[in-house]
Order: sequence, then C-alpha cells, then structure tokens
Amino acid sequence: MSVDSGDGAGASRFSGSGITKRFGALAVLESVDFSMGMDEAVGIVGPNGAGKTTLLATLSGAYQPSAGAVTFGGHDVTRLPAAARCRLGLVRTHQVPKPFSGMTTFENVYVAAAHGDVRSRDEAYERAIDALNLCGMLAVANRQAETLGLLDRKRLELARALATGPKVILLDEIGGGLTDSEAQELVQTIQELRRRGIGIVWIEHIVHVLLQVVERLICMDAGRIIADGEPQAVMSDPEVVRAYLGGSTQ
Amino acid sequence: MSLVVSPSMVQRWTRLSRRAAAAVVIVLLGLAVLPGVLGAGAIDRLAALFVYVIMAAMWNALAGYGGLVSVGQQMFFGLGAYFTVRLAETGLDPFVAMGMASLLVAVVSYPLSLVMLRLKGGEFAIGMWVVSALTHLMVNLDGLIQGETGRSLISLNAYAPGARRDIIYWLALVAMTGLLGGLFALLRNRTGASIQAIRDNEEAAGSLGIDVTRTKRLIFVLAAFGIGVAGALWLASATTFQPKTYFSVQWTAYMIFMVLVGGIGRFEGAILGAVIFFLIETWFGALGVWYLIGLGVVALLFSLFMPLGLWGAIETRFGVSLMPVGYRLEIPPQSRKD
Repeated sequence: MSVDSGDGAGASRFSGSGITKRFGALAVLESVDFSMGMDEAVGIVGPNGAGKTTLLATLSGAYQPSAGAVTFGGHDVTRLPAAARCRLGLVRTHQVPKPFSGMTTFENVYVAAAHGDVRSRDEAYERAIDALNLCGMLAVANRQAETLGLLDRKRLELARALATGPKVILLDEIGGGLTDSEAQELVQTIQELRRRGIGIVWIEHIVHVLLQVVERLICMDAGRIIADGEPQAVMSDPEVVRAYLGGSTQ
Repeated sequence: MSLVVSPSMVQRWTRLSRRAAAAVVIVLLGLAVLPGVLGAGAIDRLAALFVYVIMAAMWNALAGYGGLVSVGQQMFFGLGAYFTVRLAETGLDPFVAMGMASLLVAVVSYPLSLVMLRLKGGEFAIGMWVVSALTHLMVNLDGLIQGETGRSLISLNAYAPGARRDIIYWLALVAMTGLLGGLFALLRNRTGASIQAIRDNEEAAGSLGIDVTRTKRLIFVLAAFGIGVAGALWLASATTFQPKTYFSVQWTAYMIFMVLVGGIGRFEGAILGAVIFFLIETWFGALGVWYLIGLGVVALLFSLFMPLGLWGAIETRFGVSLMPVGYRLEIPPQSRKD
C-alpha cells in the first residue's frame, strides 16, 4: 500500500537505511528504514520519546548516525554536516524555535536566502521577501527577532527554511502550541509549499492538522517505525492504537 | 494577499547615512593635513587615538558581531610589536617591518584559530588569555629580547624625528581608514549577516547552510591582524619594546571598555567608545591609580544602566544609524494587490 512515487534509491528519492542513533548506552533509533519521493508529503506521529526528533536531526545532519546511511537526491549525505545538506536542498525547522535574536526578521530570512542557490543579492532579497510574504510575516519584517511571540517565531523557522530554496523541508512540531485558527493558517502555508513541489516531512501531535497536508503517515514507537502508509490505515493499525492512541498521552 | 516582489524594497543606505559617509570623508581628509597644522604633541596623541579606534573596532567585530568574547587580544598586540622588532633586526626598513609583522600576526592566528574556535563562551575567553600569557613567556625566551629587558626599534633613527612622527601619524590614519573601511564592507555583505547569525545561534546558522567554522575563522584572523597592526603602530611611536607592557591584559581591558561604553555590536559604538576613552585618558590619565579606578567605575555604571552603550541608547531612542550594516524592508502600498 505504498504511496511512493519513485524509483528505489535513485536521484528522486530521500532515504535513510538502517539508521541507528545511540547516546551512550541508550539507543534512541534502532535500524530505521525511511524512504520518500522528493515531492512527497509524509507525516510522522508517535508518543513522546519515540525518536521522531532524533530521526529528523539525523536526517538533516545535526547528528551523525551511529550506524546506517542517508541519501538525498542521489547523493550519499551520511557524513555531510547540516550546512552542506542544506545547500543540496534539505533543510529542517526546530521544535524549539532558534531565531537569530539580535537581527531583524527580514535579516533572519535574508541570511538564509543568501546561502541558497541564488545568483545575486537581488535574487536573495526577492526570495526572502517572498518567504516572508508566504508565511505572513511582512508586518514584522523590521522587528528584532527577540521581540517576536511564539507564533511568529514558529513562522520565522518556516520562512527561513523556505528561503534557503529547499527541495525537502523537515518540520518539527511547527504547529505545537498554536490555536486552531493559527494552525489553519499554517496548513495553508504548507499546502502552498506542496504546490511548489517541495517535499515535506512533518512531525506533529495534532493529527487532524497533519492529515490536511500529508498523504502518507509514519508512526514511530521506541526508536522504530511501527506503521507506514496511507494515513487512515495507519491510524487504525492495532499496533498504532496500542502504542500511540491507546496510550496514556492521548 | 499577493505581492509584487522587488529587491528595491530592501533599504540599506538612508539619506542620513549618506550624509554621514560624506562627513566621514571630509573628516578623514581634514585629519590627513593636520601634521602641517598641529604641534608634535597633538600629532602623537591623535595617532594614539587612531590606534584606539582600530583596537575598539576589532574587538567589537570579534565580540559584538561574532559573539567571540576574548580576554586575550593583547597577544596579537604584543606579537605585532614583537615581530616588528624582530624583522627590523634583519635590516628591514622599520615601516616595512611593521607591515610584514602585521601580516605575520594574521598568519600565526590562523592555526591558532583551528584550536581556539573549538572552545565556546567562557572557555574561549579565558583560553585566549592563557594562550596570550604563554606567548608572552615564549617571547621572553628570545635571546634578542632577553626576558623583560626588551629591545628598541633602533632603525627608526634613520628618520628625522619630525618626519618620523608624521609618517607614523599618516600610517595610523591610513591603517584605521583601511581596517574600518574593510570591516564595514565585510559586515555589509553576506558574510556580515552570517557572522551575526552564528553569534545568535550557531546550530540554526549551520542548519541554514552557513559555513560556521570558516566564517568564525575569518573574523578571528581579521581581528588578530587589525590588533597586530595596532601593536606595530604603538611600538613605532613608543620605539621601545618590553614584553610585559605589550602583552598586558590592560590592552584588552581598554578594548572592552571602549566597546561597552560606546555600544557593543554597533559599528559607530566602537568609534564613539574609542573617542570617549581617549578624552578620559587625556584629561584624567595623569591621576594614575585614581584614573584606572574611574575607568572601572564608568564601565560598571554603563553595564548596569546603559547595557547597549552610548550609541546603542542613541540608536534605540532616535532610530538613527549613521553607518548601517543592516537591512530594512519597505513595502510601498501600491505593490500590494488583494
């Protein structure tokens, strides 16, 4: 029941195989296999501590895996740092926003755009303005990032990632802590990214928000993928119900 | 809301900052002809001011923009002077030796950066001081310097005292203009934005494609070079090199003072801080210990009540920027389409 649109591990896919991540004796990820088409939208759910953020961090290059390999669009990026992966078109947002506090919103986004595949400063400007516009941040463009509230900090994470000119964006709980109407705005923004052909990997606890965007869902538990496929099927999978929905957290 | 996007929406220079730039050019041209007007003492003092401006701007670049707070910058000040003495001993013209010594400081700072930039925050700050102390000791071992006996830049005697003073003054003026101009250009281009991004959040900067290590190294080497130039210039006017005078932590303390009082992370702040320090020293320097106590009290008051420094307070209060390195987005109403 795979919704994959690709051709194995070729140039149009983003894959991790046998990814293991240990912190000392603690194995947070145990031989995770993950693969998606570059223009797919994949949601990741799972109980706290399942290893979702660690998987994202390992795929994006913030962590080196203890074992396994990551390939992106035909490149083996396993040993590449996050900055080099970003230049190939793979970027992430952070669950706890990490704004450049001493710079304005526009400067935050511009610096990301300027390190993308732009040919001129003007092109970087255009890309930064476009990203701010898409994320609804033009009104706060000249504010110092340290003065932004949570919603705008979340939007800034997305705008900065978008400004790098990505092929695939990894979103880590970008909707967490937002009201329903704020989350709806965010859904519209991410749907626009999809229309532009950008691949999405989205960790989110608010499943009904997630399902408005993704066509494929992965459920993780205890460092492993326990279900992967069409969202409704995954949500009704007995193991998912036991580990995630039936658990004490939801 | 759709928007017609245009790069012209991004503003950098303002009318005020253009006028300020013109004023800077006029002031610099005026300073260039001063040796024909002012007496020897005033020329010496002004050359010292230029050196202070260089030191403040370089520490500000490192700590204010790069987030790399160092308490060991006296190492580069001392090395700039030491290398000048050393190179001049080989028969090189003393002014040529000064230039080469400054470059040598930059060369030495590069391998040092590989080690030191692995340290973070307080470890980096104190680590730099430790390395500075070690460098001081190594210079003491040089047979030419003989511990703290020191050595003079004897070859300066080839120049008549008046001509020597004027050359040093002009060299200091040119060095200040070149270093601050270069720094300004660097901070205004893409690298400048990267440096500040790294200062604010290294992990986020890396995840957005910024080469963190290379960028930090660049600002580290630039600051070392600039302070090396300052050390060589200081030696030229003082003529005597004694290690403990040049490798003293007081030089970094002065840099910190100037930047804190003027406004950390503001280009204008470092210059203003250097001028304030220069004036305080000119008026109260003769008071000895009380002068140093006064400096400490002023620095304390500023960090308590004006943490953004004088220029930071002016900038926040009046919204002015004379030497802008940032970006402003101005969306004209007609480019919004609903």
